[in-house]
Amino acid sequence: MSAQILHWSLVAAQLIITLAMACAAFRMFRGPRAQDRVLGLDTLYVSGMILLLLFGIQSGRTLYFEAALIIGLLGFVGTVALAKFLMRGEVIE
Amino acid sequence: MTPQADISGWAALLTAILVLLGASLTLIGSLGLLRLHRFYDRVHAPTLGTTLGIGSVLIASMIYFSVLQQRPVIHEILITVFVTLTTPITLMVLVRAALFRDEAAAIMPEANQTKVVREREADEPEAGSDGASPRP
Repeated sequence: MSAQILHWSLVAAQLIITLAMACAAFRMFRGPRAQDRVLGLDTLYVSGMILLLLFGIQSGRTLYFEAALIIGLLGFVGTVALAKFLMRGEVIE
Repeated sequence: MTPQADISGWAALLTAILVLLGASLTLIGSLGLLRLHRFYDRVHAPTLGTTLGIGSVLIASMIYFSVLQQRPVIHEILITVFVTLTTPITLMVLVRAALFRDEAAAIMPEANQTKVVREREADEPEAGSDGASPRP
């Protein structure tokens, strides 16, 4: 019984996270300015990290955990690099 | 065979509650990112997902794997520490870049205008100069 509850709550949580990723992707594609797009990308990769952790709980493997860790590392570097580009690039040119 | 069959009742219920809580908080943060009007308001909304949302899911993962493997599994603390350290740095750098861009657009408005607008202003010079309100 509780295994059924856990299974269906994992499925529901994955659907909710997918909806959150859709909201972040909408802000990334339709953002009025460049910093809105960068913020949407940041939210998108954090949601992707949560989705991978949910897959890990669902399958019972720890492989997804390492993928989530790598997404966190590379996403941080990417967002900081994009923010530095916004600071140096467009207005001066 | 699903691995959820091996887990005892209270741990499964606790994992289910924490997972649903984390996912709902992340959705609320993303909805705030979608619905708020200014950029400086929108910066605050996704931090709900990066603190409480991912924290709840990581605690659920720790409880689930500790019960499933019958030993303490705490390597999720790595992600917790990393996300907690990097989210303020990311948003601080991003808001500083946004402030820089806004200040630069306020000082030099020509830098953000398109060429068409500047040409139109050049074609209609001083439309209100001989009107009722003289320029200071």
